[in-house]
Amino acid sequence: MAGDATLELQALVSGAIRRHSPLNIQGGGTKQFLRPPGSGETLDVTPHHGIINYEPSELVITARAGTPLREMENALAGESQMLAFEPPHFGEGATLGGTLACGLSGPRRAHCGGARDFILGMRIINGHGEVMRFGGEVLKNVAGYDVSRLMVGAYGSLGLILDASLKVLPRPETEITVVLTYSQTAGLAFVSSLARRSLPVSATLVERDKVYLRLSGSAAAITAAHKQLGGESHETAAFWNAVKEHQHNFFRIERPLWRLTLPAHAPLADLGGEYLIEWAGALRWLKSDADPTRIKKYVREYGGHARRIDGADTAVLEHADLPEPLMRLHARTRAAFDPLRIFNPGCLHPLL
Amino acid sequence: MYVTQGYHVRNAFLRQPMNSSAADYSVRKHHYASELATFLPREAIIDSPEELAPYESDALTVYRSLPLLAVLPETVEQVQRIMRWCRDNRVPVVARGAGTGLSGGALPHRDGILLVLTRLNRILDLDPERGIARVQPGVANLAISEAAQPFGLYYAPDPSSQVACTIGGNVAENSGGVHCLKYGLTVHNVLEIKVVTIDGDLITIGSQSLETPGYDLLALLIGSEGMLAVTVEITVRLLPLPETARLVVASFAAIRDAGNAVSRLIARGVIPAGLELMDRRAIEAAEAYARCGYPLDAEALLLCEVDGCPEDVERQIALAREVFTGCGAAEIRIACDESERLLLWKGRKSAFPAVGRLAPDYYCMDGTIPRRRLAEVLERISGFSVEYGLPVANVFHAGDGNLHPLILFDANNPGELERTLEMGSRILRLCVEVGGTITGEHGVGVEKINDMCAQFNAAELRQFHALKAAFDPDGLMNPGKAVPTLERCAEFGAMHVHGNEAPHPGLERF
Ligand SMILES: Cc1cc2nc3c(=O)[nH]c(=O)nc-3n(C[C@H](O)[C@H](O)[C@H](O)COP(=O)(O)OP(=O)(O)OC[C@H]3O[C@@H](n4cnc5c(N)ncnc54)[C@H](O)[C@@H]3O)c2cc1C
Repeated sequence: MAGDATLELQALVSGAIRRHSPLNIQGGGTKQFLRPPGSGETLDVTPHHGIINYEPSELVITARAGTPLREMENALAGESQMLAFEPPHFGEGATLGGTLACGLSGPRRAHCGGARDFILGMRIINGHGEVMRFGGEVLKNVAGYDVSRLMVGAYGSLGLILDASLKVLPRPETEITVVLTYSQTAGLAFVSSLARRSLPVSATLVERDKVYLRLSGSAAAITAAHKQLGGESHETAAFWNAVKEHQHNFFRIERPLWRLTLPAHAPLADLGGEYLIEWAGALRWLKSDADPTRIKKYVREYGGHARRIDGADTAVLEHADLPEPLMRLHARTRAAFDPLRIFNPGCLHPLL
Repeated sequence: MYVTQGYHVRNAFLRQPMNSSAADYSVRKHHYASELATFLPREAIIDSPEELAPYESDALTVYRSLPLLAVLPETVEQVQRIMRWCRDNRVPVVARGAGTGLSGGALPHRDGILLVLTRLNRILDLDPERGIARVQPGVANLAISEAAQPFGLYYAPDPSSQVACTIGGNVAENSGGVHCLKYGLTVHNVLEIKVVTIDGDLITIGSQSLETPGYDLLALLIGSEGMLAVTVEITVRLLPLPETARLVVASFAAIRDAGNAVSRLIARGVIPAGLELMDRRAIEAAEAYARCGYPLDAEALLLCEVDGCPEDVERQIALAREVFTGCGAAEIRIACDESERLLLWKGRKSAFPAVGRLAPDYYCMDGTIPRRRLAEVLERISGFSVEYGLPVANVFHAGDGNLHPLILFDANNPGELERTLEMGSRILRLCVEVGGTITGEHGVGVEKINDMCAQFNAAELRQFHALKAAFDPDGLMNPGKAVPTLERCAEFGAMHVHGNEAPHPGLERF
């Protein structure tokens, strides 16, 4: 079947297993900046590509890992549907596999769910070279452990993603963006209070003294919500795309860039820099020269996670992020899939 | 080969039931009880057969077994000590919530203890500002929404058993409900859990942020049927109550038309809050039971609830009306007020007990299929019904493609239970054949252990066992459930291949 490179990939993995030599899994190569340089041979997944099945009435799409995200988004747009977790691409050629392995979600995250929430099933190759299928194309499935969701955000370390089935959603009929003026602290409080109100909000951004809200739904509902919220209208599609792809002005200035994930209500600490706040307060980009230990200390105190992402050459997690006995569970989980640590060793965590 | 003492002892114990004498059994029981009493209050330990009787099964009562003992801890620390004691003494342990499970997941182990979590039943924190509730595992599902209601919030997943079932059980089964098409399953609504492992460690999984870097162990543990760890605390996300909810009820002269209406509606871009289908037998039973005003001349009824802001609701109702009419609906009714809406739902919500009055016994199946195959699968199920001479009622989550055929039978008629189970298995295999799954929300438990062999191949089952061993190396938690051994599948003789694909040989592991 055109685009199906299962057997070739399986042979490459099996060869690496025989030689005990690690593999550095690569899709479009757009997310290399999110991970340390791999030590092993590069395993190119892009020959394994293409949409396998798309049934608009089932709200399900199944595609191979090497499928360009763009190709999927175009197919979905043709049926007025979308990937509701709105994944960032971070460059031309971003693939489905890389997106899921990094567990990336975009502006809709706080309102519709993240990448993991839309996974229905996967086919993978584990560290024994076995091709396996978990989950499926149906919305509810509790047969066996939820292995497919476990692959999301594992940075490839539990296996090579071959294909994935995702739940998709209808595109909203109308989308508009409104801008309100608030101090940054008040803006944060405002967006985090949205969780308690039924408003058709599908994205939020707090920047200096401005709050941007994207409203999605039927035209009538949007008009009603706009009336209730007030605020000026603002450009929509290009604006949110720039935020998602880090092309917004905030990301242009050269200073260390941190990605902080926090409970939405964590206070805004003064960390000697500037913030851009998404996800109703739960995702905060910080540009700051402050001492990394200070930033990490603040974030940990609130049960969150901080990572410097410009030119990151360290693993996603550091030792302090996984205290015992959580570390032990991680190590054993990894060993259950890939005991020889063939796939992307040291990428998620120095010991994994 | 050197075998450690511990390993030896464990195997001896697990194999014992076959030939252990009654005297031996009672000695062990007393011995265990006195050891547990060194760190548990006496009233937390149940050992008499009379008091153990209510625990001998979950809601799937065809499987029954008494545990050696049941323990009802009141603190997390007690749970930790119990687990450590089980590990040190190689004693199997089965967690239990309210026992409303429908797959025998909480069926006790004859040589083990049953860990009943219903006394851990406090809502620890409900923060309306943050829209979260932190609760203990024994809290009933509905109790969370009731506590949140004064703040205009609720917990979305609403299994029909929500009055009784516990949130800990919901986590173990990844339970869904009438509203999960729009609002998701348990896995979409839980932020963080605290679990106790077989080593007695207390571990926080997930976080109150939207992302927790590292493996998504939260997703792994949700739906793991008590095989990996015991959940002792759960933080759930609360949602604002919808501004408006309206119910559209459409009746059809052919079940096929109702099935098609389901996929067409969704294809039109409407995601109803709930979309339920009832067939003639279910309608009649529900009407007789709840007097809710269902039309008795219909072959199928669709209950379609839409919610949101009034403007969106209006638009969705118009679309639903258009689609249902286009699919040949005989009658379309829109509940005109809240009391009519609740009355119409009452029929659906009491459908299981209502159908239960039609026969001495019923067997509730649970499989999921792609929605577009609904009409066809329902027809094939009625074919089975004729073939086996067993009536079937259908009342289910049509929007999710999650079927619940209820097979009516009389266990007192010789052979009827066996025929029922066989027919059930046929239905499940049909679900797999059309691209679905053997369980949508009730879990595998003991009930579907053989059917797992039809859905997964040897490599996949080995992978499940490896994961289990990562959490529970000695296999003490809920042994024998959820994932069949390869030997069992070989015996059952139904090792299957997905779809029409050739099996990939893969590397031999051992
Ligand atoms: C009339 C009726 C209607 C139902 N409707 C639905 C429905 O609409 N949707 C749906 O999804 N289900 C439904 N169910 C099934 C059942 O109610 C759910 O599976 C429920 O989540 C079980 O909760 P429980 O507390 O009764 O768990 P139990 O039956 O006590 O246990 C279920 C499983 O969870 C494990 N377990 C329980 N507590 C814990 C814990 N704290 N830690 C680890 N493991 C634990 C047990 O070992 C067992 O494997 C229905 C059942 C009935 C009887």
